[in-house]
Amino acid sequence: MPSSVMPTSKTGTGLAPSTAVSAVGLRKSYGDKTVLDGIDLHIPAGTVFALLGPNGAGKTTAVKILSTLITADAGELRVGGYDLATDPQAVRAAIGVTGQFSAVDGLITGEENMLLMADLHHLSRREGRRVAAELLERFDLVEAAKKPAATYSGGMKRRLDIAMTLVGGPRIIFLDEPTTGLDPRSRHNMWGIIRGLVSTGVTVFLTTQYLEEADQLADRIAVLNDGRIAAEGTADQLKRLVPGGYVRLGFSDPARYQSAAAVLREANRDDAALALRVPSDGSQRELRSILDWLDSVGIEADELTVHTPDLDDVFFALTGPSADSAAAGSAASPITRPATVPHQRKENDR
Amino acid sequence: MSALALAVRDSTTMLRRNLLHARRYPSATLNLLLTPIMMLLLFVYIFGDVMSAGIGGGGADRSEYVAYLVPGILLMTIGSTVIGAAVHVSMDMNEGLVARFRTMAIHRTSVIIGHVVGSVLQCLASVVLVGAVGVAIGFRSTDATVVEWLAAFGLIALFALALTWIAVGMGMSSPNPEAASNAAMPLILLPLISSAFIPASTMPGWFRPIAEYQPFTPAIETLRGLLLGSEIGNDGWIAVAWCVALTALGYVWATARFNRDPA
Repeated sequence: MPSSVMPTSKTGTGLAPSTAVSAVGLRKSYGDKTVLDGIDLHIPAGTVFALLGPNGAGKTTAVKILSTLITADAGELRVGGYDLATDPQAVRAAIGVTGQFSAVDGLITGEENMLLMADLHHLSRREGRRVAAELLERFDLVEAAKKPAATYSGGMKRRLDIAMTLVGGPRIIFLDEPTTGLDPRSRHNMWGIIRGLVSTGVTVFLTTQYLEEADQLADRIAVLNDGRIAAEGTADQLKRLVPGGYVRLGFSDPARYQSAAAVLREANRDDAALALRVPSDGSQRELRSILDWLDSVGIEADELTVHTPDLDDVFFALTGPSADSAAAGSAASPITRPATVPHQRKENDR
Repeated sequence: MSALALAVRDSTTMLRRNLLHARRYPSATLNLLLTPIMMLLLFVYIFGDVMSAGIGGGGADRSEYVAYLVPGILLMTIGSTVIGAAVHVSMDMNEGLVARFRTMAIHRTSVIIGHVVGSVLQCLASVVLVGAVGVAIGFRSTDATVVEWLAAFGLIALFALALTWIAVGMGMSSPNPEAASNAAMPLILLPLISSAFIPASTMPGWFRPIAEYQPFTPAIETLRGLLLGSEIGNDGWIAVAWCVALTALGYVWATARFNRDPA
């Protein structure tokens, strides 16, 4: 038999419990395609960390490596205090993983899935039944418990998936795009579940392509783009990376747009959209002064929207097609490129 | 928990899962029995007169051909049943569940061992069912001793283990369950070019070595010898050698594929 048998006890506490996950110089490539190009991460225990990035940025690869599913090409990696390269079995005992694709056994019932996990965590039959019943209750799966998991809806499968992950009481939980493909209600339920996990003191490492999700849940966010960490910090710190908000004045008549642009010299022009952006923090006082001023110079916009900076701005600034130059020159001009942004564009509605 | 205890415990859990699948979806297993049973009925009742005449040099009756045929059909049943293992393994590998198992602190190959043991048990159950059909249409093994019965059982189990490991390797290497089913097809076709239906000695000269030395023929001849008292000769050792070799090959193949980084 292979030598990959767990030598340590399941509950072994790490050497450095204050750090849940640390990575220095994490690299992975497939052939000549570099997926992760030297990633550094430091995630304190008991916090929620979000790895944010567009499709193909390498988020899933990072989770697969840190959860021992695949090996890294290089990097010093520790999870739960254990070295991933030398002691993967100890890492496995400390973590729980919910991947992007449903990891439930569709052929057996939800309850049987839970009991399978209990058996694999070597719980006694009685303890296994207790934990399974408790988690099924907590994740609102009691009614469906006796039905084959293949018959579950997407949201139910995801809940069962996470419930299964929790059977062993992991201290560090990896959630790879936990809400992708869920409807809005299920997504909000999932957020509630993740907040619930955090309140029990576990560390959560989640990946997402939804900025709002990272903003809602995470203590710290790293933006992954093209295999590198483009920025890292709290949501507020990241928002500070891009210039402040603005008032957007939209025009339908090019002539009026031109005359307004001639007067409002400090505004940023978007000639294609016939829109001007006047820097503003979005406060009532400042808004009123802008409106008064527009009246005084006789400009009447057809459309007026207030935009406060959000993670979208950061995301697009850091991961857009010309991210490098934009990030470098971000102080000079507001980085909002609605014309080049293909999706998820929204004015701030919070 | 010691490494061995962990391996046994986790493999038992995985075996329970495997048997639960089989119990929940018996049609998946039973469908695989259709081919050998149909072959048995076809050759006995449709082709039976001609086959009997050919076997006995002109004078045999049908019951003699039933006796000749059943051992081969029993081993064909194993070839057919393990196709289910190939498909099952491939289904598993295409699900996120195996990724979950890989990130758990369990015995790494327990999921494979669960499949293998489950498949061998299913093979034995299938052989019993098909054997019962054989008995129902007149197969009798009257003069076999207890030792010969045990040896026959051991041979069937060993053969099932060998083909299961190969099938697991096929399932592990296939991109999807359909491909796994196709890859495992030779396991049910090989008996057709063995001594299952007609003696290898009646085949064309150039083809005879292929028929005689492929895995099925020595096993079939050995089983015939044990159940019916015909000459076994070298076939016993060749059969065991094939089983051991196929088991080793399948084990190395399947575990190597399993231990590779998933894409």
